[in-house]
Formats: sequence, C-alpha cells, structure tokens
Amino acid sequence: MSAASEPPVTVPAPPAVRTGPQTFLARARRSPTLMVGLAMTLLLLLSAVFAPWLAPFDPSAQNLTGGLLPPSAEHLLGTDQLGRDVLSRILFAGRTDLRIAFLAAIVPFVVGVLLGLVSGYFGGTLDYLIGRLVDTVIAFPFYVIVISIVFAVGTGEGGIYVAFALVGWVGYTRVVRATTTALRGSGWVAAARGGGLSHGRVILRHLLPNILPQAVVLLMTEIILIMVAVVTLGYLGLGVQAPTPDWGTMIHDGQAFITTKWWLSALPGLAVIYTGISLSLVGDGLGDAWRVR
Amino acid sequence: MVLGVVLAVFFLLRLVPGDPARMILGERATPESVAALRSQLGLDQPLLAQLGDFAVSVFTRGDTGTSLVYNVSTRELILQRAPVTLQLVALAVLFSVVIAVPLAVVAARHKDKLVDHLVRIIPTVGLGMPTFWVGLLLIILFAVTLKWFPVGGIGTTPWDPLRSLVLPALSVSLALTPPLVRSLRSELLEVFSADFVTTLRAARIPERRVLFVHILRNAALPTLTLLGVNVSYLIGGTLVVEQVFGINGLGSLLFSAISNRDFPVVQGVALFCALSVVMISLLLDAAVYRLDPRMRRA
Repeated sequence: MSAASEPPVTVPAPPAVRTGPQTFLARARRSPTLMVGLAMTLLLLLSAVFAPWLAPFDPSAQNLTGGLLPPSAEHLLGTDQLGRDVLSRILFAGRTDLRIAFLAAIVPFVVGVLLGLVSGYFGGTLDYLIGRLVDTVIAFPFYVIVISIVFAVGTGEGGIYVAFALVGWVGYTRVVRATTTALRGSGWVAAARGGGLSHGRVILRHLLPNILPQAVVLLMTEIILIMVAVVTLGYLGLGVQAPTPDWGTMIHDGQAFITTKWWLSALPGLAVIYTGISLSLVGDGLGDAWRVR
Repeated sequence: MVLGVVLAVFFLLRLVPGDPARMILGERATPESVAALRSQLGLDQPLLAQLGDFAVSVFTRGDTGTSLVYNVSTRELILQRAPVTLQLVALAVLFSVVIAVPLAVVAARHKDKLVDHLVRIIPTVGLGMPTFWVGLLLIILFAVTLKWFPVGGIGTTPWDPLRSLVLPALSVSLALTPPLVRSLRSELLEVFSADFVTTLRAARIPERRVLFVHILRNAALPTLTLLGVNVSYLIGGTLVVEQVFGINGLGSLLFSAISNRDFPVVQGVALFCALSVVMISLLLDAAVYRLDPRMRRA
C-alpha cells in the first residue's frame, strides 16, 4: 500500500502521535528546520568535545601585559582583562555550560514524565496532590526559586543540579498529565488492562511511547532554559566558579569594560544564542516530524 | 496554593546541608554565637513549632522574620524596595504588548509571506536569549554609543526615574515578546478565518474596522491569559535585570541578602514574589472573566 494514496475523507485521522518509524524518518529528512538544527547542534557539540584541540591557547593562561587586546590575527577575538584568549575561553566555556545544561535536564525529564503519567493514569487523590505540588512550584518565579535553592544548597555545579531536579519537572508533568488523562479513556488502554496487563506495564509499554515525542520536544526547550539559567547564575556569581570558564562569568567580567571593549560581553552571549537557536530548531523540527506541538 | 507557597519557603532553610546557623556565620564562628543564632532563628525548637511560628508570623504580620543584617523586619525592607520593581514589571508588560501586537498582526495578515517567516524566527531566537545579556546590549547601543539613556542607576531629578527605567523594562519585555508574538499570531489566524469575520467582510465593513475593532478585540483575551501565565517568568527576569542596571529594587535586595547570607530576607523576597504571582494571575483571570461574555454565561 503506497503512503501517497489519498485516504477516503470519511475515515477519521489516526491519533497524531501514532506514526510509524518510516513515516517519521521520511518527514524528518524532508524537514529543513530539523536538518539545519541538527547540523548546528553537531557543530556545537564537536566544538565543545574538541575544544582542547581547537582552542589556540590555554583558556586559563594569563598574560598580564597582553590584557584587553582587541581582536587580531593572533587572538581572533582579543584577550580579557587578565590577558586570556577570549576565543579559547568561549570554546572551553561551551564544554562546561553544555555539560551542565544536558546533565541537569535528565532528572527533571525522568521525574516529570513519570509523575505526569502516574498522575494522569490513576487520577484521584494522587493526581490532586501532584497537581497542588505543580501549582506551588509554578507560583515561584523561575529565577527566584532557582537562585534561592542554589543559595541554600551551595553555589556551583552541585547546587545547580539540585535546583533543577527540584523545580524543572513541572513542565513535563503538566503536559504529560494532560495527554495521559486524554488517552486513559481510549479503547486500547481498556483493552490492555482487560487483557490482564498490570498498571505498570500499561503505563510503561503503552502510554509512555505515546507521550514520549511530546516530552522530547519539550526537553529541547527545557535544555535551552536551563542553559540560559546556568549562564545567568554564572553572571550573578552563583553558578560555575572561577577559574573554570563559563559564558555567564565571561559576560560579567566584560561588563566592567563595556564602554570601551564591548565585545568582551557581547561575544559569549552570541555563543549562548547560537546554542539556543540550534536546539530550538531541533525541537521545532522534531515537533513537526512527529506532528506534535 | 498560598499554603503550599508558605510551606515551600519554610523548607527552603531546611535545604541547607548541615546547620543553617553555621552556614550563615561561617566556619570560624564560635559555638556560642552559632547557638545564639540558632535560637534567634528558632532552630532549637521542634520542627512543627518552627513551622507554626513561621506561619503565624507570615499570616499575621506578613513577615518572614527579622533581617540578620539590617535588624528590621523583612516586611519593611520588601515594602521599601517593591515599588521600583513593580513599576519595572508594569512598564515591561506595556512595552511587550506594544511590540508584540503589531508584529503578530503583520505576520498573521501576510501568512506564509516573507514578513511572516521573519516574525516566526523571533521565538526561535528569543528562547535562548539571556535577559541580562540583552540588557547589556541595550546599554552598549543606547547608553554608551547613542547616549540617549543613562547606563544605570535611577538618577535624581523628577524625570530621571522614568528615563532610567526605559532600558531595563525594554530588556525584560524583549524576553516576553517571543512567546507573546507566537501565540498571538496563531490566535489571530484563527480569528481571521472565523465565520463572523467573513460575514463582516461580506457586509462590506471596511477592512481596517474589521481588524481593529472586531479581530483585535477577540485576540486580546487570550493575550491577557498568556500574560498571566508568563507573569512569574517576567518577575524573575526583572530581578536579574535590576542587577545589570544597578536598580535598587527587590532584585538587589535578594542578591545583597544572598551575599550577606541573610536568610530571612531571601525567604521574604521569594515569598513576596510568589504571592505577587498568585495575586496577579487571579486578577487577570478575573479580568478575562469580566471581559468575556462567553465565560460569564458558561
């Protein structure tokens, strides 16, 4: 049966997320958004992984007589106030910030998806309690609660992981819960249960594959938000601590020279934006290919 | 919900690994001063008694304790700093509506044309744009290069405060604009194809009137709802941007409290922000309910 044949108009469309692997791949290959996003992300990851080979200088090597140099052939993006090469620092900072953003995204993703599934599938008191918990976390402005937690737990990488594990799951839980609640009433869930499958099996083998695309698309957005938050914490002095290079601290250090050496603050920000665009395109492209939004 | 927020703020202090009093005073503090602070913070009481005291203090006095640095109630400190921050938030909302509405209208009217594609790039780029960095770029452009606005601070003459709030508010609003543009555009597209619009056009109502009177009014309500959803993000961004421009609002109160390890003040700011979010969302919900006849009938 050819995929291109027109279905009769009276047949209702199949559920949006239930698409076979071939159709997904075919759509993915034809999506310029996804392809450009993947290419940009690949470039980003390669530059982070190979930073030690790509960087022309040691990112922490100081040269106090060669500080605050403008971009030149030797230092393509100039040097900072301690004479460190800005290009090398941006490359190495990418390693740090991307690693933290990706690692910090894992626990909220797993916890959020599971809570959303359980909440939507069982409903009742459990659903109510999880719902109140979500409401409470959402009431706090994202930065206020993240900053407060990082302050309480301790600044630096550890504090960042704890903060996102505590607050990052709500987005997934909300979205997954809504979809699961809608799917719970469908015939195939009842059939699976009637066939003697346990709750756990229905949730993990039948519901999970249906909500996963949506959650993965959200994951891309969340990684971007976490990365921006990590950079913001660095800027505020609460994130990655010196001497480890980080885009946020670089922007902060450059602010002192903003009237004359504007690029010191502007360039690391461009790296952040590049990362944001890459992952955002991947997320949009995946969303289109999976036909979820 | 308010109860949950108060509980969360209470347990914030319990997140501290080890003894909060020792963390506040540092490693070299004498055991006596640690013990004194423990009793000042009520840490020597049983957990339930602490929670009870905290809740009583919050609900009767609107207070999370006494600042360890300024020795005044956190309520007083917050009420002193809050007006600037709230002005900033209000101005940022105004800016983002002024920026987002025309963009969304243009994009929706020229769907799938070049303008539309350009406008649709905005959310993709905007998502990964750190608000504080946008603030710095605005400083470079408008304060350092063009010298239209001050680099930071609030100024002294009566006209200065408003002028100094323009760039910070613009930075915050640029973070809010992308999601606003995205949903307003799709909202408008839906209204454009609604039956009543076709009817209006068929009745030869001038296109301008259809757009400004009928369509925008219908798209305004979802925008209001969306502002409610984003208000928490907005307040958080404002606190960070205050740091960039050296504005003495809640943000600088929070960050100075953090560097002084002034725990009651950190809790107070967090509580105040969360309660403001809850309140503003409720008000916006009520406004939508008042404005939308369909909601009243339902």
